[in-house]
Amino acid sequence: MRRAIRLISLWEALLVALLLGAVVLGSSLSPYFLNSNNLSNVLSDLSEKSLMILSMLLIIIVGEIDLSVASILGLSSVVLGDLWMHNAPLAVCIAAALAVGTLAGFINGLLVTALGLPSLVVTLGTLALYRGCAYIVLGQLAVSNFPDGFTTFGFGSIPGTLIPWPFVIFVVLAVIVILVLHGSWIGRQLYTIGNNQVAARFAGIRVARIKLILFTISGFISGLAGVIFTARFSSARADNALGFELDVITIVLLGGVSIFGGRGTLPGVIIALFVVGILRNAVALADFPTETQSIIVGGLLVLSVLGPNAIVRLQNWLTRKRVFATLITYVQRSRT
Amino acid sequence: MKAAFLRTCGLGVLLLSVLLLSACGSGGGGTTAATLNIAFLPKAVNNPYFDSAAAGAQKAAAELKGQFKQVGPSDAVASEQVPYIQTLTTQGVSAIVISADDANAVAPALKQAMAKGIKVVSYDSDTAPDARAIFINQASTEDIGRSEVDVLASQINNTGQIAILSATSTATNQNAWIGFMQDELKKFPNMSLVKIAYGNDDDQTSYNETQALVQAYPDLKGIISPTTVGIAAAARYLKTAGLSGKIALTGLGTPNSLRSYVKDGTIKGFELWDVGHLGYLAYYAAAALVQGKITGKQGETFTAGTLGTFTIGANGVVLLGPPTVFDANNIDQFNF
Amino acid sequence: MVTETMTTEQEGQRAPSAVIRVTRRVGQVRELGLLVVLLLIFVGVAVPEPRFVAVNNLRDILLSVAIIAIVVVGETLVVLTRNVDLSVSAIIGLVAFVSGDLFKQHPGISIAVVIAIGCAIGLGLGLLNGLLVSYGGVPAIVVTLGTLYIYRGLDYAIAGGKQINAFDVPDRFLNLASDTVLGIPLLIILAAVIAAIFALLLRYTRLGRQVYAIGSNPEAARLAGIQRNRLVLLTFVISGLLSGFAGILWAARFATVDANAATGLELLVVASVVVGGVSILGGSGTILGAMLGAILLATIQDALNILNISPFWLQAFYGAAILLAVMLDTLIMRRLQRSYLTRRL
Repeated sequence: MRRAIRLISLWEALLVALLLGAVVLGSSLSPYFLNSNNLSNVLSDLSEKSLMILSMLLIIIVGEIDLSVASILGLSSVVLGDLWMHNAPLAVCIAAALAVGTLAGFINGLLVTALGLPSLVVTLGTLALYRGCAYIVLGQLAVSNFPDGFTTFGFGSIPGTLIPWPFVIFVVLAVIVILVLHGSWIGRQLYTIGNNQVAARFAGIRVARIKLILFTISGFISGLAGVIFTARFSSARADNALGFELDVITIVLLGGVSIFGGRGTLPGVIIALFVVGILRNAVALADFPTETQSIIVGGLLVLSVLGPNAIVRLQNWLTRKRVFATLITYVQRSRT
Repeated sequence: MKAAFLRTCGLGVLLLSVLLLSACGSGGGGTTAATLNIAFLPKAVNNPYFDSAAAGAQKAAAELKGQFKQVGPSDAVASEQVPYIQTLTTQGVSAIVISADDANAVAPALKQAMAKGIKVVSYDSDTAPDARAIFINQASTEDIGRSEVDVLASQINNTGQIAILSATSTATNQNAWIGFMQDELKKFPNMSLVKIAYGNDDDQTSYNETQALVQAYPDLKGIISPTTVGIAAAARYLKTAGLSGKIALTGLGTPNSLRSYVKDGTIKGFELWDVGHLGYLAYYAAAALVQGKITGKQGETFTAGTLGTFTIGANGVVLLGPPTVFDANNIDQFNF
Repeated sequence: MVTETMTTEQEGQRAPSAVIRVTRRVGQVRELGLLVVLLLIFVGVAVPEPRFVAVNNLRDILLSVAIIAIVVVGETLVVLTRNVDLSVSAIIGLVAFVSGDLFKQHPGISIAVVIAIGCAIGLGLGLLNGLLVSYGGVPAIVVTLGTLYIYRGLDYAIAGGKQINAFDVPDRFLNLASDTVLGIPLLIILAAVIAAIFALLLRYTRLGRQVYAIGSNPEAARLAGIQRNRLVLLTFVISGLLSGFAGILWAARFATVDANAATGLELLVVASVVVGGVSILGGSGTILGAMLGAILLATIQDALNILNISPFWLQAFYGAAILLAVMLDTLIMRRLQRSYLTRRL
């Protein structure tokens, strides 16, 4: 147990070092990196992903996964755009987008809890289903004539500072998640479920209901991210946020959350959020295409799970070696 | 456990504040004034059409002793152009020359660039007029649209069902041409337009869309594909399916990619313009803006190297010239 | 007491074979069910559109499925061991571009050499996947999600904005995709042969049985002495190899290859496997089933085209197909388990 604790803080110390390294890399790759406008761009680019990691964190801690977050984002964006195209008031469009996201998350949760299907394949299926629904609704069209107020919310910053509006939402939600996850009995229940689902159920924790709620929340957050994305790009399209789930899952795993559930903290994930955001920004400023960024993010994803595994295996191997050596010495001593 | 956790929280907060403080402190990253640092941002980078334009632009850059680079997304998705615009803005280029995937989606980012003193020129596919100073149009929109229909009509004896294989549904140039095509069709009462399909400037999608068109409309007589990617894919499908000559195909394409199809009769004739000249002219226009020689108002003139003098028309539009028809007689004279 | 023990022993020997028999029967019913659905679709669409059942349309369906079917074979092996390989589309795209580029840069190069290099690349990429999953202990979903983007990123790094066109490759290479043997396209024959080989390997060799064993009960397989790591590595290597081969055929068939080639194909491959009755939890399913799943999905795509239904419905349909197939299989499995439990009483 103590070794596990040491491993966790070792990991987060590594993350901080990685963050510093990313900043150094960024400033060496481009003279435009350490500049207030650019850092504002970094925060702005992370607008949606920062929200999605909050719900993904909770889902992975309880031992599940949600691959459909980007598709729910796209679907909500399309619903918003379609209603706007049919002259509904903006408030109605936004509310509908949020409702659709929540419903999509609820369906995910229902399939996983009520029918007991593995979340991996369910959310793989809904990844396709929800994205497909987005295409059915809007087809190839794009809706982009949104009012200036809406666009400024997504694209602009708090007047007087360079902090983008969506970042404020992230801060508020992050505080809530920290209080719930690390400071309340609900959080402890989540960790328990992730560590040993059967024991949790026997301890009286309503596992199925909690998972259902988490998937629904994830859908709502993805819907909210869809609204922000639409505002930020002033464009509702069926292919919005294609591939975002890679970044979201990578950030959460890189942040020290175990893919097997039961371990992980929010501060680690937030540091990882900035690591990925800064790396992507630095690479883009050096004129590398988006796909090169994907190599880096994909590599981080694999390493974030491979790393701890390798460390544990190394420790075991060393321990075995010691035990082996001790055994030999003991046998030799008992012979003489 | 708590100690390590608080430690990490503290480290994270410290780091974040350092980052933000450094951001609020430094400024800079403005535009470079006298040098010509012009960046081209096409609809997508893996497109030989835009590569040809870039070659022309590079020639202009060499003549003017300016800098040239081309960045862009790997598929023609509007929201993917926006991060590149933001990166170019941060890098403080002198001018952005863009072919827009969606006229409105890129407008907010372009306006932000213009607010920082960066000149914006659009080419090939226009943006919202208030998000750029000049639009370099390859040929009169009306000429292109009408002549496409006329060419196809002459190939199918003015009778039969036809379809259009376009690029993306939001591309400004495509929709403008299609508008004139539909108007020109009124002159041919025995021809009817049965479908507008979208190939997204993606080879695979265009190939599949052509197949779908042929399967859904067994009496199809002709296809117009005003996109270089689309016409090449459609020609390949028609040839593989043994339909060369049975369904007429015309549109806009590059001589190199369509040479074999013209020689074997799959395509009797198609149109384009000198794409290299398009890029060349766009670079000169951008340079003239940067150097303050023109501001984009109607009536202003500027010289574009070997192409001569050009006058800016209404709405900041500059015309390159009339389209060229390529057929078996002249196709060997061109190499792009 | 002696009699009791003997009876229990006999029971112990009887019960597993009963379960195997029932599971096998369910599997057969599953494949039969797929055939029935296929037939229903054919009949249903042929009524309004008789062109649908014309020979050349049927041939087109099989042709469009041929390349995917080869990848589906590899994916089936991986899924049987309770893993998944999402990186297949990136491997196809990468090998497709590289093989086209080899012809472009070295005009005299022999087709056999290009095929060998392409397969080697696929094998190497699959090997990396396998090493990370088996010896690295990283879950397959994490590994292959990461390598999906890494390999695709490599594809872009190599291809840049370039494009391979039909005139860059020799005609004999393009003919690979259009040649016919006795009237049947070569591509279909290749796919059928590969599927048959691996189906026989799975059914009749010890290696095949071990693959099923790892998927259905990893712990028991380990206790029985089956080398899980080596076998899982092998399935990923085969999946990569077959994807590489499919990439070469892709270049031959479509001729125009850029860095975007085969993007998103992994969804169709996984959907085919799942719809074909291969359990995502491993341990059950056949290659025949996966083939039928692939054919079924291709038939539906063709039906949508002929009925002039917007192709936008297709992706939603794949997602719904995955969900329905998994729900069906889970319900069947649960009913099986319940009946097995009540029988013991």
